[in-house]
Amino acid sequence: MDAAYNLARWLVRNPHDAEDLAQEAMTRAIKFFSGFRGGDPRAWLLTIVRNTCFTWLSRNHAKDLAEFDEETHSPGANPIAINAPGISSHGNQSSNPAPADPETMAIAEAEGARVRRALGELPVIFREAVVMRELEGMSYKEIADVTEVSIGTVMSRLARGRDRLRALLVESVRMNPERQGEPIP
Amino acid sequence: MTCQESARLLPGYFDSELDLVHTLEVEDHLRTCAACGAVLEGDRALRTTIARSNLRYAAPPTVVRNVRAAVANAFPRETRTRRWTWEWSFAAAALLFLSVITWKVLPVKTPANTAVLADEAIADHIRALMPGHLSDVESTDQHTVKPWFDGKLDFAPPVENFTAQGFPLIGGRLDYLDHHPAAALVYQRRKHFISVFLLPATGEADRAESHETQLGYNVISWKKSAMNYWLVSDLNPTELEELAKLLRGEN
Repeated sequence: MDAAYNLARWLVRNPHDAEDLAQEAMTRAIKFFSGFRGGDPRAWLLTIVRNTCFTWLSRNHAKDLAEFDEETHSPGANPIAINAPGISSHGNQSSNPAPADPETMAIAEAEGARVRRALGELPVIFREAVVMRELEGMSYKEIADVTEVSIGTVMSRLARGRDRLRALLVESVRMNPERQGEPIP
Repeated sequence: MTCQESARLLPGYFDSELDLVHTLEVEDHLRTCAACGAVLEGDRALRTTIARSNLRYAAPPTVVRNVRAAVANAFPRETRTRRWTWEWSFAAAALLFLSVITWKVLPVKTPANTAVLADEAIADHIRALMPGHLSDVESTDQHTVKPWFDGKLDFAPPVENFTAQGFPLIGGRLDYLDHHPAAALVYQRRKHFISVFLLPATGEADRAESHETQLGYNVISWKKSAMNYWLVSDLNPTELEELAKLLRGEN
């Protein structure tokens, strides 16, 4: 039940709608339980949650989904991560850059509130991939089943989601290096 | 592997989702490429940070309560029981049907576990072919090989040399098949090795010969005089059959 709510909460990004949608999805799952053809029940439930949320997004936040199309179809749409100085500047160093890498340090030290905000800023298809992988611990196969794409697509979405998330965190730390002191919700 | 390929596979590597071959290729690349290593480090830091940040939302109590109520509504007690009974009787019927099939149809040709044992015998044979495993005692002399098994097995396997018929005895080794220690005799035909597994059979009547082919290996097995015979080789079935006949003393 937490998995269903968590996914809905991250897809629609506000607690009230998430509550309604998770509940709607689970009620629907119960009603159509006879349609369940074996397999992983969690993946099945999450598929329904996801469909419910996407329908809601297309009605209420169509631009979230428009952004999604653009992201899928233009492979070069990720300039921040590709040009991130922390990565490219290491191209000619021979060994062991990791411990001193300022980008990695920034990421490792980012606080909860910053991470939460950055994940919320990701385009929805990258966000859902990261949520299912990192928060729910799902395998590529399970994510592929729920999102109805190939395992290869899951892998590339995760890669770009993480690239983007890293870049957002680094940028957020650079713009505002002071600890914000706001409580982690 | 180029950086481009590595970048494509890196998330899979990071999530332990790659097959062995690709995992090794990525590891190889990572040894020499600092840039890809930095990306991996970044992913690791990100994962730790995410894990530390408690990003997962728990379902609010109202949702939990409402869903529980919906479940109780949808499956009242009687319905649930009837449902289960119906599903269980279906499962029982399917199981019965399956066991009848297995019992009635399969044993006509081969007992149900022949394929499983053939698999095991092939695995033993392949492992034996890896360098240095073929025989524990190397001798073309049956009078050396046979006594070698004394004290190592609780039965005395029949050992014969068929050099004259084109199947020289190479040696013997201890093996394990069907949960029992087994004698494995090694014969050779040209460049092909043949493992002959011998193990005592429990009760019942003799079993006629059965043939299997798996992974390019041919297996012939039978049971005679309270002894199970398993022949495994990449040799063609016809010639393998010759050895089978020699072992049974039919030529």
